[in-house]
Amino acid sequence: MFAFLSSQPVQTALIVGSCAALVSALIGVFTVLRGNAFAGHALADVSSAGGAASFLWGISPLLGFLGMAWIAAFGMEFLGVRKARERDLATGIVLGAGLGFSALFLYLDVTTTSTTGAAVSVMFGSLFAISRGLIWPAILAVLAVFLLVGLFYRPLILTAVDPDLATLRGVSPRWMGLLQLLVLGLAVAVCALAIGAVLATALLIGPAGAAIRLSRRPAQAIFWAMIIALTAVWLGIWMAYESYYWFSGNAWPVSFFVVVLIFLFYLLAMLGSSWQHKYQRRGITSLRRLQEP
Amino acid sequence: MFSSFMINTWIAGTAIALVAALVGYFVVIRHSAFAAHALPLGAFPGAAAANLLGVNPFVGLLVFVGMGVLLLRQLARIGRRDVGTGLLLVLFLGVGALFLSMTSEYAPEVFSLLFGEMLGVSDADLWPILGICALVSVVMITIFRPLLLDSSFPDLAALQGISAARMDLIFLSLLALVTASALPVVGAFLVFTLLVGPPAAAQSLSIHPLRSLLLAVIFAESSIWSAIALSYWTNWPIGFFVGMLGAGLFTLARSYRHWSQRQRPAVQVSSL
Repeated sequence: MFAFLSSQPVQTALIVGSCAALVSALIGVFTVLRGNAFAGHALADVSSAGGAASFLWGISPLLGFLGMAWIAAFGMEFLGVRKARERDLATGIVLGAGLGFSALFLYLDVTTTSTTGAAVSVMFGSLFAISRGLIWPAILAVLAVFLLVGLFYRPLILTAVDPDLATLRGVSPRWMGLLQLLVLGLAVAVCALAIGAVLATALLIGPAGAAIRLSRRPAQAIFWAMIIALTAVWLGIWMAYESYYWFSGNAWPVSFFVVVLIFLFYLLAMLGSSWQHKYQRRGITSLRRLQEP
Repeated sequence: MFSSFMINTWIAGTAIALVAALVGYFVVIRHSAFAAHALPLGAFPGAAAANLLGVNPFVGLLVFVGMGVLLLRQLARIGRRDVGTGLLLVLFLGVGALFLSMTSEYAPEVFSLLFGEMLGVSDADLWPILGICALVSVVMITIFRPLLLDSSFPDLAALQGISAARMDLIFLSLLALVTASALPVVGAFLVFTLLVGPPAAAQSLSIHPLRSLLLAVIFAESSIWSAIALSYWTNWPIGFFVGMLGAGLFTLARSYRHWSQRQRPAVQVSSL
């Protein structure tokens, strides 16, 4: 255990991974409540183009992920993500175009800079290979997200749960939608850095999807989502580290463990709560239901 | 450009674009873009696993895409459909990342599975692709009417005794078949772009089902042909061109509709 914690790549992985877990749990709850899982996933996928471009131009991968995620967010807003019926299509079109750029940049990476591992590390992440210099930018991004969400917590929740009611109360759905996409972009960038662009969705919607089933209050759901996400990331890092010994020198990728753990937690939460509902229907808590106003 | 090593690419591309447009039409009216994105990417570990075990990649693809359809329906039953779709997708991708980390040919393999390899179509690859495309087209024609009714007016379809669950299963299976046949040639991401871009553009131009279906086929064929040609000349990946053409077509179609809707009131009054 001591050897595990004192290794420098592990420390970096733990810090960046925790940043990704916290920020994705917070934003994930809003994303799932708004029914924006596809948009969240699309932003993450498109951000891979930025990650690939960062190899090409030698800029920080975090900036690359973030820049592309924001461009995609504006693109979706422009094509009409607001109307629920159109959202699916606009997201799909932006996703298709973004993936096209991703293909191009990865191809140019391989041909011009001979970084052959770019496709793998951008798409599937390599948490143990993150440079220490990225710790502070990642922490800053997380702080920015927490600050923004803290300032606009109530209007954000209201818009996510009931956009019509929010409009009646004088909250501009347009601005809130934009703010949501901006913080979503930040969260996606940190997640993409940690577990890879195409797997970032796991952190973003898995813990939040499970937590919303576990608790009805948004604040509580955020708390549970953070617990689930942190557990999955920490356990995943530890298992990946140990897997080097389990499989006689062939370490399995961290992202694989994190994703599988999140999926298991989600299944547990879903099955657990549906079992509880069945149990409740049989009688014991029907009393409690009567007492509710 | 039409030399012997490119012929298979042209044939496979044409067949795939045709079925992608047919199935894509329903992807758009059923609002299933997320599923259309998740299934090809979910099939991706199948190819990686087949590579690892040394079996035919088609077998691996079909097994994984079949598991994907079943799991997707189960996950949609216990929770939100979009969350379930997303989690299924990342689970399969995570498994794919694991399989790929076990093989020696790591990076180029990932790239060609995700973004396609234009010149990689051998004669042995071509026949399964053509067979699956023919099968999908036949099934599509036979169930076109009930599927259309179920997709546009689910209540009316239920009244006529069309089971929504069965239609969903058939639709997802068709999607899965198209995915499995197209993935080795054009890559996981490109399958999705073909499924959504051209049909979405076509539907902005016409509401009439058959007309819009025909337009979707025309758009899909012209984008894949131009993409193959452009990719041949520039050496850039084919996925880039298909993505750009899809987005471009959609934007153009939308602008045209926007423009014509502005003119329309005058036209309607005169036709009345």
